[in-house]
Amino acid sequence: MKKSAFLGTLAAATFAAGFAAAGTLDDVKAAGELKCGVSTGLAGFALADANGVWDGFDVAVCRAVAAAVLGDGSKVKFVPTTGKTRFTALASGEIDMLARNTTWTFSRDVDLKFEFAGVNYYDGQGFMAPKALGVSSAKELDGATVCIQTGTTTELNLADFFRANGISYDPVPIETNSEAQAQYLAGACDVYTTDASGLASTRATFESPDDHMVLPEIVSKEPLGPLVRHGDNNWGDIVRWTLNALITAEELGVTSANVAQHSSEAGKNPEVNRLLGTEGDLGGMLGLDKAWASRAIAVNGNYGEIFEKNIGVNTPIGIARGLNASWTEGGLIYSAPFR
Amino acid sequence: MTAIPDPSKKGFKFSQLLYDTRYRSMTIQIIALFGILLFFGWLINNTASNLATLGKPIQFKFLGEPASYDINQRLLDYTSRDTHLRASLIGLLNTLILAFMGCITATVLGVAIGVMRLSKNWLVARVMTLYIETFRNIPVLLWIIIVFSIMIETMPTPSAFRSGEASMMLYDSIAITNRGVYVPEPLFSRSLGDWNLFGTSSLRFGISLDLVVILIILFGGIFASRKVKKNADKIQNETGMRPTTWWKRLSLIIFPVAIILWILGLYLGYPELKGFNFKGGTYMRNSLIALWVALSLYTAAFIAENVRAGIQAVSKGQSEAAHALGISSSRTMSLVILPQALRIIIPPLISQYLNLTKNSSLAIAVGYMDLTGTLMGITLNQTGRELETVLMGMAVYLAISLAISSVMNWYNNSVKLVER
Repeated sequence: MKKSAFLGTLAAATFAAGFAAAGTLDDVKAAGELKCGVSTGLAGFALADANGVWDGFDVAVCRAVAAAVLGDGSKVKFVPTTGKTRFTALASGEIDMLARNTTWTFSRDVDLKFEFAGVNYYDGQGFMAPKALGVSSAKELDGATVCIQTGTTTELNLADFFRANGISYDPVPIETNSEAQAQYLAGACDVYTTDASGLASTRATFESPDDHMVLPEIVSKEPLGPLVRHGDNNWGDIVRWTLNALITAEELGVTSANVAQHSSEAGKNPEVNRLLGTEGDLGGMLGLDKAWASRAIAVNGNYGEIFEKNIGVNTPIGIARGLNASWTEGGLIYSAPFR
Repeated sequence: MTAIPDPSKKGFKFSQLLYDTRYRSMTIQIIALFGILLFFGWLINNTASNLATLGKPIQFKFLGEPASYDINQRLLDYTSRDTHLRASLIGLLNTLILAFMGCITATVLGVAIGVMRLSKNWLVARVMTLYIETFRNIPVLLWIIIVFSIMIETMPTPSAFRSGEASMMLYDSIAITNRGVYVPEPLFSRSLGDWNLFGTSSLRFGISLDLVVILIILFGGIFASRKVKKNADKIQNETGMRPTTWWKRLSLIIFPVAIILWILGLYLGYPELKGFNFKGGTYMRNSLIALWVALSLYTAAFIAENVRAGIQAVSKGQSEAAHALGISSSRTMSLVILPQALRIIIPPLISQYLNLTKNSSLAIAVGYMDLTGTLMGITLNQTGRELETVLMGMAVYLAISLAISSVMNWYNNSVKLVER
C-alpha cells in the first residue's frame, strides 16, 4: 500500500516535471519571478555589483521581459551559467530564458531544441594579444598557446581557423572568463580568443588596457541573442517580441524619458500607438496586457539606450555601434513590424 | 501408534511457497527482485520516453561524427576532424596517465611519510603530522588550483627565455616555464616504428615497437636477476655463506637494456625555443604537473595514515623479538614489520587509488583535457547529448575502478596471511 503510494507520487512528480515545460508563462507568473540565465560575469554584458545587483546589456533583456510579463523589472532571479552549464540549465527548466551572449547556430536551434528569440548583438570571434608580443595578424600565430573558453562555438571556430590556414596552435581550455584572464595576464597563454565584444569587455577591466590589442581578424559570425526552450511557442513569442519592442522603440524614437508620455494617450504615429498599447491589443494576443511593451521599454530604455549605457563608446568597454546600429543608420539591428 | 506423516512426501503445493519456512524466504526474495527490476525498468523506460517526447531519443550516433575541437595533450594522433569517440579515447588516456603517475608518487610519498610519522625524532614526527593534517583537511580542488596558480604566476614565461631573463637548466636541456616543463625526450635513429592496431578506425592505436622490445628485455633481465637471487638463497641455506651477487644482478638488468638502446640508436631530443613556445623534447603541461603534484600530495596524506595504522597494528612483540635476535632497525622494518603491516595497509590503499582516479576528474579546473573534459565536457556541450555522454563516462570510470581493484585484490591475495 505504502509502496504503491510512493511509486504513484514518484510517477506524478516525473510527469509533472515532464509537462512543466508546457506553460512557461504561467510558471513565471505563478513564481512571481523570471529565472534568467546570464554569464558568470562579463563587464558590460552581465555583472553583479557589490550589492549583488545585476547590470549589463544581457541583463537588460531579462529585466525587459520581466517587466513585460510581471510588471516589474526587478522581479528577476539571475542564474549565473558557464558556457558549459547554460544549455543544460535551460533544457532542464532551471531557467526560463537564457540571455548570455549565446551564438545562434543551426545545431543549437535544431538539434539542441532551443528557440532563438532574435539577435541582440552581432559579434564575431577575435584575438587579443599583448602588444609586446609583436603580432599584428592572427595568421602569424603559428605555434602560439591560445586560451579559450570551453563549451562555446569559439573552440570550434578556432580549430577551423587554424586548420584552414594550415598553422598549429596549443589550445588551453578554460571554464570561465576570469580564469582565462588570470592565465592570459600571467603569460601562460600568448593570446586570448573569444567574441570581440567579450575581448573588449575583458580588456576594459585590465590594469593597463593599452598594453593589449585586439587583432584585426574576425574569424567567425556570432549572432548573439536570447533563447528559450523549444516547444513553448507562446513564451518564445513573448521573449522575441519584447526584444523587438526594444529595437522598434529606438527606431520610432520612444525612449525611457518619453515612454510614459507616449503611453498615456494615443499619438499621431499609429505604430507607436500599437507598440505601446494605446491602439489595438497586441499584448492580449501574447497573453499579456496592453501596456507590456511600454513597461519593457520603461525599465532600461530602448535598444540604443541599453547599448550606450552598458557597452557604448562612452563606457569603459567602449564598443562602437558598428553592425549593431539600427538598420536606419546602416546597421543590422532590424525588427519585424508591430501590426 | 500413529506415525507422523512426512510433509515432503505429499507433493508440492503452491501454498507451501508462503507457509513453508523452507521456501518462504526464497519466495520473498524473488518477489523483491522482481519489484526492484520493475522499478528500474520503469525508471529507464520513463527516461527514454520522456527524452523521446523532447525529441532527443537516446542514441549514440554522435560518437561517429567529427569532434571539430582540438585537444592539447594527445598521446595518440588526433585532429579536429576525428570523431567524438576518438576525442573521448584521447581524454581517457589522459585520465589514465594522470591516475597512473599519481598513484605511484602518492604511494612512494605516503609510505615514506607514514613511516616518518612514527619516527622517534620529535621534529620529523611533528612535521609529518602537520603535513598530513594540512593536506587531508583542505579540499583537493583547492590544492590543485593553488599549485597551478603558483606555477603560472611564479615560473618564467617562454618569452623570458628569449630576452635572457630566464635560462634553461642542466646544460640547456630542461626548460621550466609557466606553461609547463620541457625535458629531453629519448629518440631512436634506428627505430623499429609503430605497431598499428585497428587500422584507420576511431580506436586506432599505435604501439611503439621500440618500447615493447625494451620492456621485454628489461623484464628478461629482471627474471634472470631473480634466478641469481634464488640461487644465492639456496647457497646461503646450504652453506650459511651468501655469495656476493649485487654486481651480477645489476649487470644482468643494465647491460642488455644498454645494448638494445645502443642498437636502436638512442639519442636525446632537446627542447628549443622556437616562435612562441619551446619545441621538441617531452612537454609536461602545467595543468598535468599541477594535478599530478596536488593529487599525489593529497592522497599521500591519506596513504600515510593507512601506513601508520598498519605499522602500529603489528604487535610490539614482533619488533622486540627481532631486536632480540640482533636484527637491525631498518631490517626489522623491511623484513618483519612491513610484510605484516602490508596485509592491513593494502585494502584501504585500494580505496585511495580509486579516490585518486576519481579525483582526477577535477582536471577541467586547470584546463587538463581528461575524459571529463572531452566526453563529458566539450562533446556533451557540442552535441547536447547529456544522458548518453554522462552514462558513458560513468561506465568508463566504473570500469577503471573495477580494474584497479581487481589488480589490487590479486596483489592483496598474494601477500595476505595464509592460514593453516
